[in-house]
Amino acid sequence: MKEKKSLMKNPSFQAILTSLICIVLGLLIGFIVLLLINPAGAGEAIKTILLNFMTRASAAARTKALGNTLAKTAPLLMCALSICFCYKVGLFNIGAPGQYEAGACIGLYAALAWHCNWLICLVLAALAGAIVGAISGALKAYRNVNEVISGIMLNWIMLYLTNMVLSGKNVKEVASPYTIKVSKGSLIPSAGLNTLFANNSTVTIAIPLAVLFAILIWVILNKTKFGYELRATGFNKEAAKYAGMKEKQNIIVTLAIGGALAGIGAAFLYLTGYQQWSTTQTSVPGMGFNGIAATFLGGLHPIGTIFASFFIQSITDGGALIDKSVYPSQISDLISSIIIYLCGFVLFFKFALNNWIGKKDKGGPNVNDVPVTDNAAKTEGGDK
Amino acid sequence: MDAPYAIEMVNITKRFPGIIANDNITLQLRKGEIHALLGENGAGKSTLMSVLFGLYQAEEGVIKKDGKEVKINNPNDANDLGIGMVHQHFKLVQCFTVLENIILGVESTKGGVLQMDEARAKVKALSEKYGLQVDPDAKIEDITVGMQQRTEILKMLFRDNEILIFDEPTAVLTPQEIDELMEIMRNLRAEGKSILFITHKLNEIKAVADRVTVLRRGKYIGTVDVANTSKEEMSRMMVGRDVSMVVEKEPAKPGNVILKVENMTVASKMHSNNAVKNVSFEVHEGEIVCIAGIDGNGQTELVYGLTGMEPLVDGKITLCGEDISHKSIRARSKEMSHIPEDRHKHGLVLDYPLEYNMILQRYYQPQFTSKMGFLKRADIRAYSEKLEAEYDVRSGQGPITIARAMSGGNQQKAIIAREVDKEHKLLVAVQPTRGLDVGAIEGVHRQLIAERDKGRAVLLISLELEEVMNVPDRILVMYEGEIVGELDPKKTTVEELGLYMAGAKRNVNINANTSEVEESEVIDTAAERKEG
Repeated sequence: MKEKKSLMKNPSFQAILTSLICIVLGLLIGFIVLLLINPAGAGEAIKTILLNFMTRASAAARTKALGNTLAKTAPLLMCALSICFCYKVGLFNIGAPGQYEAGACIGLYAALAWHCNWLICLVLAALAGAIVGAISGALKAYRNVNEVISGIMLNWIMLYLTNMVLSGKNVKEVASPYTIKVSKGSLIPSAGLNTLFANNSTVTIAIPLAVLFAILIWVILNKTKFGYELRATGFNKEAAKYAGMKEKQNIIVTLAIGGALAGIGAAFLYLTGYQQWSTTQTSVPGMGFNGIAATFLGGLHPIGTIFASFFIQSITDGGALIDKSVYPSQISDLISSIIIYLCGFVLFFKFALNNWIGKKDKGGPNVNDVPVTDNAAKTEGGDK
Repeated sequence: MDAPYAIEMVNITKRFPGIIANDNITLQLRKGEIHALLGENGAGKSTLMSVLFGLYQAEEGVIKKDGKEVKINNPNDANDLGIGMVHQHFKLVQCFTVLENIILGVESTKGGVLQMDEARAKVKALSEKYGLQVDPDAKIEDITVGMQQRTEILKMLFRDNEILIFDEPTAVLTPQEIDELMEIMRNLRAEGKSILFITHKLNEIKAVADRVTVLRRGKYIGTVDVANTSKEEMSRMMVGRDVSMVVEKEPAKPGNVILKVENMTVASKMHSNNAVKNVSFEVHEGEIVCIAGIDGNGQTELVYGLTGMEPLVDGKITLCGEDISHKSIRARSKEMSHIPEDRHKHGLVLDYPLEYNMILQRYYQPQFTSKMGFLKRADIRAYSEKLEAEYDVRSGQGPITIARAMSGGNQQKAIIAREVDKEHKLLVAVQPTRGLDVGAIEGVHRQLIAERDKGRAVLLISLELEEVMNVPDRILVMYEGEIVGELDPKKTTVEELGLYMAGAKRNVNINANTSEVEESEVIDTAAERKEG
């Protein structure tokens, strides 16, 4: 009984438990929606979403599909890390999509127009994201503009700026709205990883790199002087100032780092050849927003986001496999967005869980006697 | 037959996870008495009042009104039973008038239009009856703290409350205002109101209360008649041991000038005018200088200017011979330690463990961070453990306790440990005993005097009269952003100090740089201001 209780109070266990509750609830509500639309195919459809690549016929097709999911997990993870890192410093980086767009813009332009080496493209994408992040940061630090507002504005500004820049000569295909294919020299190398996934060329070192970034972020936040200072600023800006930290500079640096991570995320998608940028798109890419869900589902922990990103990417891909003869074509996005939406409820469930534990504790016998010095108690008794 | 008690709380027990906040506490408030509730911080006073107000439900025990058991499930139930409270931090709408604040929530309307005349007449009658002078049409932001408190009292009376609770009402008042409040409380008692007076100031209990109930660490210690109990006895009941009421110290041996402030002017964030105006003073090694004054007369801004939290508009600060007027907070902190006014806002990162809070200004130093930029966690823990042991900082889990989970007294002890242990020549201690209990206050005062005796300069900013009179070697009184007087605590009286704090008296020689003003003239203008 006692052990069980202490396990329930363990924060890591709580985080995992609440994330699982969210997933189950999301699937349940998704299932109900499917039932309402067409009861006949609901069971099959939810199975497809969950199993994703496992539904493929042959072993080779399965590993190839898994490769695709992993290839898209890497950019999602970077966006999630961007949001997670800023969140730990008390900033809600909803501008991640804009920083991601900036990364795509400069990363692709460098690859297509200047034929830069992939590493240079990656660094430029990071820089571009960092600059966009720093704009939000500077506005926040010096003009107290809420980073959510400036972030959302910048998302749209960067979208159209990117569309414009990537419509340029030698960058966009003449006959289509898409950017031209990235040449081999600018593609992120596979280093043999593609052979593990049935020669899926989109499987590159971006995937292990993203995982390394997650570990790096965790180490920076928890083990270093820099992380100590940033988290102190996030928890209590005033105390950080009192302690002589440069709290304004910290805000800018944080959002710049967040921006760099999101920018790299874009490079991890567009420099693998997985996708080409459509210069006529009129919506902010979902990658950045899905990163928010992955962050919360991952328990606001850099390592947790690795698994959460994979899960979210997997159900998104799985959703695309739903039988379109049974359900309307929007169903895949609808169901995965319901699940992702529920993933955002992690903090709420954590709160509810703690309340529940608290109530159980109160009902129990004396938990801890407040120590009162015996002598004192006796003298007092005598006085009466 | 009338029951003798206006309100009774019998055998109240309230538990929180890991602690019994109220353990079998009985509090019986007679009709028409002033009943003090005395206890240190964390003794369970607030919890008990929250139970009475329906904010918490007690696990055991009953509440009786006029001998009949009642259920109080929320503050509305408490209001219906005629229980009203003046909170320590007033709950007033700043941009409303006194009258508007009084009627807020119980306004009478006709066809959707406020009916103020009736309310005005009632407020007028009440304020005459109890001697509560207020201007019903003045805006809250324009009136003194004392008047704001009277507004709060009128709010309770306007609602015909019979049971009035005062939660540490004197903390923000001048000595003269305290006397007036005591008189008002006596008037209320004479009119048959029952008053519950929460405080930890024994003088006030002696002055006004009939009986006192003492709590300690969540336990009921006893209820005694004030007339037959000495202050020492009460203090022993509260703390559980003997507490020296007088601060013992040797005469100061001031040495060289450590801090020299010349013509310092600091802007205010609240108003457009400057909060600190052309202030000059010095603090020497081996002395405690106290800045006294009523809250909100520029003390906070003075400290901000000194420590670098706010830039100076004008003036010069010299610390140990070095001009630090425009240096960063970190540069200043090399020679200056700062116990901040607000320990939650500035002093601690509440979500950090204790060990991380112990190194808040020094985390980057080689002692705690390796050359590669990694925290030396073992060294940090050892340092935290050392400070905890030396300064008797108590916490549930030692260095890894989250600061938020610690009691206020121990949080303050942690800050003091950190600031005193840090290398420094000047200690700026801003209300270091705020919210602490008698036992802890004694410890803080001993700490400050030990600092002084080590040859450090101590600048104490205090609102507590007892502290101002007993701890420092020199008193500087601040009024409306200026230092209006320098007093010797051994030669002055509380009454004289009060006159300076209220701006009614001024010691002209103090600011050598301000133009000489005729003393009588200043008194006249100050008196006029008071009238108005």
